[in-house]
Amino acid sequence: MTMPPAEIKLPNPVRSAFDKPLHDGTVTVNIGPSHPATHGTVQIIAELDGERVLRTDVHCGYLHRGFEKECESHTWHNLIPYVDRLNYVSALINDFAYCEAVEKLMGIEITPRTRYLRTLLSEYSRIVDHLTCVAAGLMELGAMTAFLYLVMVRDYMYEHIADLTGARVTYSYGRIGGLARDLPETWLARLAEILDKYEMFIGRVHGLMDRNRIFIDRMRNVGVISTAEAINWGYTGPILRSTGAPRDLRKDAPYLAYAELDFEVPVGIKGDNYDRYYVRMREMDESVHMIRQLMDMLPDGPINVDDRRCVFPEKRLVYDEIESLINHFKLVMDGPQVPAGDVYLAHESPNGELGFYIVSTGEGIPYKVHARAPSFVHMGGVHRMLDGYQLADIVPTFGSVNMIGGECDR
Amino acid sequence: MASPVLEQLQQRLAPTVGEAAFAHETLVVHLAPAALLATVELMRSEFAFDLFLDVTAVDWPGQTPRFEVVYHFYSTQHFGRVRLKTRVSEQDPTVDSLVALYGSARFMERECHDMYGIDFRGNADLRPILLYEGFTGHPLRKDYPKEREQPLVPYRK
Repeated sequence: MTMPPAEIKLPNPVRSAFDKPLHDGTVTVNIGPSHPATHGTVQIIAELDGERVLRTDVHCGYLHRGFEKECESHTWHNLIPYVDRLNYVSALINDFAYCEAVEKLMGIEITPRTRYLRTLLSEYSRIVDHLTCVAAGLMELGAMTAFLYLVMVRDYMYEHIADLTGARVTYSYGRIGGLARDLPETWLARLAEILDKYEMFIGRVHGLMDRNRIFIDRMRNVGVISTAEAINWGYTGPILRSTGAPRDLRKDAPYLAYAELDFEVPVGIKGDNYDRYYVRMREMDESVHMIRQLMDMLPDGPINVDDRRCVFPEKRLVYDEIESLINHFKLVMDGPQVPAGDVYLAHESPNGELGFYIVSTGEGIPYKVHARAPSFVHMGGVHRMLDGYQLADIVPTFGSVNMIGGECDR
Repeated sequence: MASPVLEQLQQRLAPTVGEAAFAHETLVVHLAPAALLATVELMRSEFAFDLFLDVTAVDWPGQTPRFEVVYHFYSTQHFGRVRLKTRVSEQDPTVDSLVALYGSARFMERECHDMYGIDFRGNADLRPILLYEGFTGHPLRKDYPKEREQPLVPYRK
C-alpha cells in the first residue's frame, strides 16, 4: 500500500449540512459513499442520539458521468446504448421511453407488433427490477435463501432476454421507429416456462417471508411515509403506491398497449417498508398476468415503421442500390433529422415516473436531453423515511427505496 | 384531447400571465420570472397540481435572455400535465424557489443550480449535489467544453 504523499491534502467532496450538533451528546457518523449494505454509491451523514437517527443529510452524485452533456454531441440513435445505463436493472424501459419521446417529436406511430412487444418487454423488465430490489433487500436482512430463489429466477430472465437482445443487462434493443430485431423462434415458449418457474419460486418466498416474525419486526412501521408527504416530496411508483394511493401512469394515462390490458394497481396501507416489499411482490404478479395476455395478443407484422428518416434500410438494399446506400450513410453520419421542438414523455418505470425532456433544433444531434430520474427525486425526500428510526433501519429502508445510482447521478 | 381542467387553467392564465398553448397533450405556459411563484401557487391550490415533477434549464447562447428555465407539473387527481417556461438573463439568472410549496423542489433546484448556475431565490441549500465542492463553472452550459477536467485528486503520473 502506498499512501499519498503528506503534502497532498485530499479535499472533501461534500460539505455537511450539520455544522452544529442539535444538542449535547449526539454523534454524527458518515455512512458511505461505498458501503456494502447500500446498493449504490450514496453517502448518508447521520446525526445520532444513541442508536436513534435524529437527522440525515443524503449526498448523491458519486456516479455522475455527464450523461446529459454527452448526449449533446451524439446522434439521436447513438444515445440508445447510453440511456440503457440510466436504470441498468430495467434498461429496456429506458430505451422505450427515450425512443417514444423521439418518435413523438417526429410524429411517428410505431407498428402494432412493436407496440405489444414493447409493452411485454417493459413488464418483463419490471419483474427483473423488482426481483433485484426485493432480493437485495431480503439478503440485507439475512434472508439468504429467499435471495437465492429470487436471483435464480432473475438469471433465467437475464439469459432469456440475452437470447433476444444479445446482452444480459444493457441491451440497446430499442430503435427509433421500432426494435433492433424480432423475437427468435421458441422465445415465447421459453417465456411461458420461465413464468411458471417464477410462480413456483415466488410462492416459496411468500412462504418464507410474509409472516416471518423477524421480517415483520424489521419492516412493519419502519420508514413510514404518508400519501400527502410522498406527493410533496415528489415520490412516484411503488413508494407512492405503498402509501395507499393507486397512482400508476399505466392506468392513469395509458401508453403503449396498457389500455387494452386487464391488470390491477396494488397499493399498501401505511407506506412502511413492509408495504413497499408487498407492493413490489404484487406488482410482479400483475406483470406476469399482463405478459400472459400479451403473448396471446401479439400480432404478426413488421417491427419497424417504413420511415426513411429514422429506420435503416435493409442491408441487401444498401449493397444493391445507391439511394439506400446514401440513406444508410446519412443516418449514420448525420443521424435522424428530428423536427425542431421539445417534448416531455413519461413512462411508469419500476421506480416511478421516468421522464425524458428532449429539445431538438431540427438536427441529427439533440440540443438537450434531460432525464427526470425517479431515483434522484426520491433521494431528495428519503430523509423523511430515515429520521426518527434506528441506525440499523437505514439499511432496509434505503433498500426499499431502490435507489439506482445510474439514473440518480446520471 | 385536452382535459377540461387544463382548458380552464389555460383560460385563466392566458390573458394575464402569458402565452399558453397545448403541445402533445401538455399545457405549455410562457411566463415572466416575476409571475412564477404566484402562478404555481394558483395551480397548486385551485387546479390540484400536487406533484412537482421536474425543473431543468435550456441554454440558448446568443439569445437574450439566455436561459430558459423549464418546469413540469402533474396532477395526481386529474392527470393533467403543465410545462412552465420562463427566461432569465446571463447577468441575473434568478428565479423564485418553489421549496416553500413542494419538498421535491429542494434537490431538483440544487441540480439545476449545479448544471446551469440558475439561482433559486429562497432555496437556502444550493450546495453541489451531482458535482462536488470546489467545482467551478456549470457543465451543461453550452460554453462549458466537454473535455474540461477538474480532478479533485491529482492524476497519477
